[in-house]
Amino acid sequence: MRTALRSAMRDGRWLAVAMLATVALVWSTPLLWMSVAAFRPQNFGGLDMASLLPDFMPTLDNFAEALDSADFARLYLNTLAVCGGILAVQLATVTLAGYAFARLSFRGRDVVFHLFLLQLMIVPPVLIVPNLVTIVGLGLYDTLLAVMAPYFASAFGVFLMRQTFRTIPRDFEEAAMVEGANWAQIVWRVLVPLARPGMVAFAIVSVTAHWNEFLWPLMVISSPANHTLTIGLASFTRGAESASQWGVIAAGTFLVAAPLLAAFTLFQRQFVNSFLFSGVK
Amino acid sequence: MAETAVTAMTGAGARRIWRGPSLAWALLAPSLMFLLLFTYWPIAQSLAQALRIETFGSDAVDWGLGNFERLFADASFRRAATNNVIYAIGTMLPSIALALVLAVGLQEATRFNAALRAVVFFPVLLPLVAAAALFMFVFLPGIGLLDHYLGKLGAGRTNWIGDPDIALWSLIGLTVWKNAGYYMLFFLAGLQGISTDLYEAARLEGAGPWGRFRRVTLPLLGPTTAFVAVIALINAVTQVDHVVVLTKGGPSDSTNLMLFYIYQQAHENYDYGKAAAATVLSLAALLALSALSLRTLERGVHYES
Repeated sequence: MRTALRSAMRDGRWLAVAMLATVALVWSTPLLWMSVAAFRPQNFGGLDMASLLPDFMPTLDNFAEALDSADFARLYLNTLAVCGGILAVQLATVTLAGYAFARLSFRGRDVVFHLFLLQLMIVPPVLIVPNLVTIVGLGLYDTLLAVMAPYFASAFGVFLMRQTFRTIPRDFEEAAMVEGANWAQIVWRVLVPLARPGMVAFAIVSVTAHWNEFLWPLMVISSPANHTLTIGLASFTRGAESASQWGVIAAGTFLVAAPLLAAFTLFQRQFVNSFLFSGVK
Repeated sequence: MAETAVTAMTGAGARRIWRGPSLAWALLAPSLMFLLLFTYWPIAQSLAQALRIETFGSDAVDWGLGNFERLFADASFRRAATNNVIYAIGTMLPSIALALVLAVGLQEATRFNAALRAVVFFPVLLPLVAAAALFMFVFLPGIGLLDHYLGKLGAGRTNWIGDPDIALWSLIGLTVWKNAGYYMLFFLAGLQGISTDLYEAARLEGAGPWGRFRRVTLPLLGPTTAFVAVIALINAVTQVDHVVVLTKGGPSDSTNLMLFYIYQQAHENYDYGKAAAATVLSLAALLALSALSLRTLERGVHYES
């Protein structure tokens, strides 16, 4: 009786494992297909395009054609510039504001805090139309700065830095103050080094978000020289789709997605922790 | 308390000027400037634009609800709003259910589980545009991934994004695939916060695995679930990249969503009045959602204590 029960339980366990494995298999097929199809010869049988088995000699033809039909070097550079530019300015603004909210008391702090909260609720994508008008008014239309500008202030980053600063004991600052350090030295030499985990978490969330962003750059960029990876991929996909070049689409998608997927594989724990932070809004 | 102690210690007069209020405002100024320019001002501008009525061929400007009337009279807008509600609920429920099941199933830290978690999490890192590009092939009638493998199971050919009755559900499927892994993370973190004593107590009272899940896991994950639901709803209002790449709102508006409608009005029809009116409605929906979420989150916190 007892052994029967135990084996039934073990069977249930196997069933659960089998179900989870099935879900994972279904989940992985699109990306698996991408990795297989990208290296598949172009004359490969059209009807079996969906096959997930790499039953051919891998070739880089698709990549060559993808790199040929879109200026990927420029797309990468532009995307790096956008992500790097946003992050650099954000780190400055959120550190300063985070310090003010964490350590200074002033009249109206709660009101200002709620003003910041508003940006968390009203996510920038909804404001694309009025922001486009502002960008045109500032003479920034069709520049990379236009893609970056709406994100220079980050309420999420400010909250994250405020929380991070709050976990740092005041003893360090007081010791520095006794030695005659001013606030800037305290922030730069004492708090920033100790707040590095929070900053790394913020950096991962910020870079991922802007690497993947599409609609806003699509609104404010017109000339191909300023395209980012996502815009480049979208326009290049349209061309390849009408020619049914699925291998080339797979290769192009691979090129756009690979950097983040590689970074995630290398720094899994960091990524997971950062994304959890991104929920603690 | 601590602040006064710090002030007392600094002493030097010159430095005291840069303490307290003026320093705080100086530190907040850069953030506030950008918030003013790209959050507060555009909100005010949308409101003004939405209420402003311009007559073609004349400089006279009138104020009123004309833009909203035109908006509600537009069948495309009504379709986009209805679609967005279906899309929001249709993506939220399955992704939460899947995320919860996966988190419970994969919570033990074995190497097998870690690999499966990574597989489910990969789509989260993919740009939505890239996911859409891949799903062009997934949805391809006859040859694509779905039809190829469903065909082996005996199903016929389906026009996944070309059939107005199915297209929205295809996009919902894409979104669930893309986001469930993200929500799973929060459930995994929530599960870690549940003490094993509670499971032990439930076991002693004779609760089986299902009973323990229903009486311990589910209620204690309540706050996490509420939180994830809010993120899922916000995503449903703010992410339309896949609509742009795959369907452009079609066929016959069957996949048009609010933000894509706004984009269309501004970018293709140059009807800024209607775009602004629709923006104002989206803003109102987001604010209502946030107000609601603050309340559920508060209740969640209360529940836990």
